[in-house]
Amino acid sequence: MSMLEKTLGWVDDRFPLTKLWKEHLSEYYAPKNFNFWYFFGSLALMMLVMQILTGIWLTMSYKPDAETAFASVEFIMRDVEWGWLIRYLHSTGASAFFIVVYLHMYRGIIYGSYKQPRELIWLFGMFIYLALMAEAFMGYLLPWGQMSFWGAQVIVNLFGAVPFVGEELAIWIRGDFVVGDATLNRFFALHVVALPIVLLGLVVAHIIALHEVGSNNPDGVEIKKNKGADGIPVDGIPFHPYYSVKDIVGVIVFLFFFCAIVFFAPELGGWFLEKDNFVPANPLQTPEHIVPLWYFTPFYAILRAIPPMFSSQFPGVIAMGMAIVVLFLLPWLDRSSVKSVRYRGAIYKIALAIFVISFVALGWLGTQPATPTYTNYARVFTGLYFMFFILMPWFTKIDKTKPVPERVTSK
Amino acid sequence: MSTDGVDNSKRRFLTAATAAVGAVGAGFVAVPFLKSWNPSAKALAAGAPVEVDISKLQPGQLLRVLWRKKPVWIVYRTEQNLKDLEGLADQLEDPNSEVPQQPDYIKGTNRSLKDKYLVAEGLCTHLGCSPTYRPEAGAADLGGDDWKGGFFCPCHGSKFDLSGRVYAGVPAPTNLIVPPYTYVSDTTLVIGIDEGAA
Repeated sequence: MSMLEKTLGWVDDRFPLTKLWKEHLSEYYAPKNFNFWYFFGSLALMMLVMQILTGIWLTMSYKPDAETAFASVEFIMRDVEWGWLIRYLHSTGASAFFIVVYLHMYRGIIYGSYKQPRELIWLFGMFIYLALMAEAFMGYLLPWGQMSFWGAQVIVNLFGAVPFVGEELAIWIRGDFVVGDATLNRFFALHVVALPIVLLGLVVAHIIALHEVGSNNPDGVEIKKNKGADGIPVDGIPFHPYYSVKDIVGVIVFLFFFCAIVFFAPELGGWFLEKDNFVPANPLQTPEHIVPLWYFTPFYAILRAIPPMFSSQFPGVIAMGMAIVVLFLLPWLDRSSVKSVRYRGAIYKIALAIFVISFVALGWLGTQPATPTYTNYARVFTGLYFMFFILMPWFTKIDKTKPVPERVTSK
Repeated sequence: MSTDGVDNSKRRFLTAATAAVGAVGAGFVAVPFLKSWNPSAKALAAGAPVEVDISKLQPGQLLRVLWRKKPVWIVYRTEQNLKDLEGLADQLEDPNSEVPQQPDYIKGTNRSLKDKYLVAEGLCTHLGCSPTYRPEAGAADLGGDDWKGGFFCPCHGSKFDLSGRVYAGVPAPTNLIVPPYTYVSDTTLVIGIDEGAA
């Protein structure tokens, strides 16, 4: 027995190292028909690591103080060696993280990966998405630019719309009568300590739940139903080395585009870093045109689309919250007997197309000024967005499905 | 371990009692953590009343001051402005200021202690952006001839007249807030103290 084997044996007697490696990598059997869409789970994990790593480095030079925050970010950009790169990796990383997560969620939707028995994977994933939105929102306050300040002002005031206790609640969140030093300092604490811990815990839960039931696939076939004499699913291949190597290819292609943005267009024409955020926060002056970053704009458009009722903007806030809540309910709204879009009928495909168009359209409208015409469009697409979920129990039931094959296919 | 003669109902009672006392304890422990998010003594002290000298304000001009770190506007309205305000009622959500967004002593179309000086918090009642001052009557992007001057919120398109009254059909549900204020001389006012209290 070599020295290495002896050491491993010594560890395994005290900690299940080999057991964990086998359970989650070398003997985790994933369906052999994963396609393009299956890159985004591992890419999301990589983005989380990148954000944590660059984030830790940023805290080494950043100052969470209303007087010095803006200047400390400029200090990172100009005077800290390679500071510009670490900061742009982090700011571009935030948008890239959302792109990857949205595509990952879309994959889950088209292949029915939220359906029984994977409801908890979906729920953990939705909580990750929620934590990620909180993380992004609080992180955006930290540079203390005009958009940081007024974006936070608007979002915190959403809580002020809660009937009866709203005003007190908003003051409690801010720690002051308007967004100020106290707000910046606590958002910093939540952004760098509290939420990353929550995120890591949720990601672990997401993966444990996934490895308990096994991965879905583009055919929506349960590979565990068809096992060979050795007890291994006949359509399964070990995650390592097969998918670990495949995912490396995805990582390289992804980083190619990611680096192109980081090095050549880190602001991406205002989509990843808004120009107003290069102006220090000014509590007296709201910028001419204020919008959140692109990943929040679909929900922002829904918020703006709902007119005030009973002298309160609370209905709009409710609608925005519901737009996210309905996603949580997806496993129970879908009554179809098949998982994958491949074996669903025309009704579902049309409904899905309308949903995707509505989401993208709302995202675009959220970036535009609230003119009456655009507000009307936003109302139509808000209606369509909710229709997809409200009518889902009905249209997934009456939809004509095709027979699902016994084994996974390789088209 | 022998389980003979164990009184299970007693065990259940003790478990439930321990859990209940523990939950109450956790509730008490949560209080300091939650309360620490309230505005600090320093932030509250910074919310003290501010004195403003408006002797240099010219007709049509807007002065911004900070009270409780919030922008407060003081607008010198012209005679024409005051006349225009009379005729806007049918376009407004709450022309008579019935929703309590102002102290009791602020009434009428002018919503001010002295007719020509509007004092209002410069934060949109929708989601707290600071609206832009657009005094020019007939501005094409704000409804042309119907626009008699006022405030426009760039965030979500809410409109207010020069008394801070909200137009109907915009996202903002209520008129702009008028803070408590009082005049200590003809051209000096104090924001944060009620009329008659100073």
